[in-house]
Amino acid sequence: MNKTKRFWKSALSAVVLASLGVSATAGTKLTATGGVSPIEGGAGGGISPWALISGYGSTNEWGGSAFYTQVQVDDFKLDAKGVAAGFSDRVELSAAKQKLEIEPLDLDLKQDVYGVKVRVFGELLYTAAPQLSVGVQYKKSDTFTVPQALGADDDADFDIYLAGSKVWFAALAGRNVLTNMTLRYTSAIETGLVGHADERKLVAEGSVVVFLSDNWVAGVEYRQKPDFLSSIEEHDWYHGFVGYFPNRHVSVTAAWANLDEIAGLDGQQGWYLSLQGHF
Amino acid sequence: MKKSLISGLIAGLLVVAGCASTQNTNSLYADLGGKTGIADIVDRFLMHMGNNEVIVDSFAETDIEAFRGHLIDQICEVSGGPCEYTGRSMAESHAGLGVDTRQMNALVSDLINAMDDENVPLGAQNRLLGLLAPLHEDVVTR
Repeated sequence: MNKTKRFWKSALSAVVLASLGVSATAGTKLTATGGVSPIEGGAGGGISPWALISGYGSTNEWGGSAFYTQVQVDDFKLDAKGVAAGFSDRVELSAAKQKLEIEPLDLDLKQDVYGVKVRVFGELLYTAAPQLSVGVQYKKSDTFTVPQALGADDDADFDIYLAGSKVWFAALAGRNVLTNMTLRYTSAIETGLVGHADERKLVAEGSVVVFLSDNWVAGVEYRQKPDFLSSIEEHDWYHGFVGYFPNRHVSVTAAWANLDEIAGLDGQQGWYLSLQGHF
Repeated sequence: MKKSLISGLIAGLLVVAGCASTQNTNSLYADLGGKTGIADIVDRFLMHMGNNEVIVDSFAETDIEAFRGHLIDQICEVSGGPCEYTGRSMAESHAGLGVDTRQMNALVSDLINAMDDENVPLGAQNRLLGLLAPLHEDVVTR
């Protein structure tokens, strides 16, 4: 009961935050082209950052978003919330807080993620080449004792990534399709919630999203993950999701996620629910 | 022998692809409602543009009647209809106007709203947008 209450409280503040911005500015980007909010914040899908810049701000405008996401798999619960701002559809700043509850161990792992993303070239809808962005995510663990005991080397580090997004008009049964590919150079263990290794790996992430109607999207995402620790195995993530955009200020994403094995606990599947406000 | 078989196959594929694309554009012109349908879309489009503060000022000096005719011809031609666009090139007509992506987005929104008003099927809307999207290169100069 308390948990549900907390969810709606955070969800409500996300929407209020977003609508505060609405009165200040009304961006001209087309509906849904600010993406949704992945668990690490900024604009993207559910588990991967995309080349898109958050919010509806186009040239000489600014926009932004706020989100609250809950992922519940067999033995874990992940809470993520954050805010992002996009300037002139060129630069994006983002901040997110994550808390992973490992229910069988009654243990919480927390981290903060700060991101900067810059669109380098291309325009999602209009150019033949994909929209290409580079980004950095600074991740800092607030609960490093357990990661350290498991063999992690650092509590904080940067992820660097290159993302390309493109919309293909009328590509599937007359529907527009968005594809995104992200290459990430990272030392993060379980996205950084279990700290960082003293080495880096290049991993790939891919997303395909179909714009079913003016309000509904459906997609699949895959995120390759590095596997640094000998004490616990790390597995790739994938999920299928639907997104609902009733208007330009609110969107809801629901997903079925397969996170496989996390921290030695196998077969982690469950739901993912995210609420976002955009302006 | 093998080589000619391959070239034959490729030629065959090209013919099939050619037919498919001609058929697609033909049906797009039809899906937009032919010349009358396109004229209705353009009228709605002009109405939305006139109410859109992001772009309305850019058309203060425009001869709207001529502009309307050019829009109809252009959409008709690009969708495979029996028309010929005779206006200035997109690059020429937008040179020095300093159009930005924000204005382009506003224009695209107005076109989508116009097509929604006229109940154009989503697939036809998307195909037309896909054909017009590359104009960004000539229209947007900053």
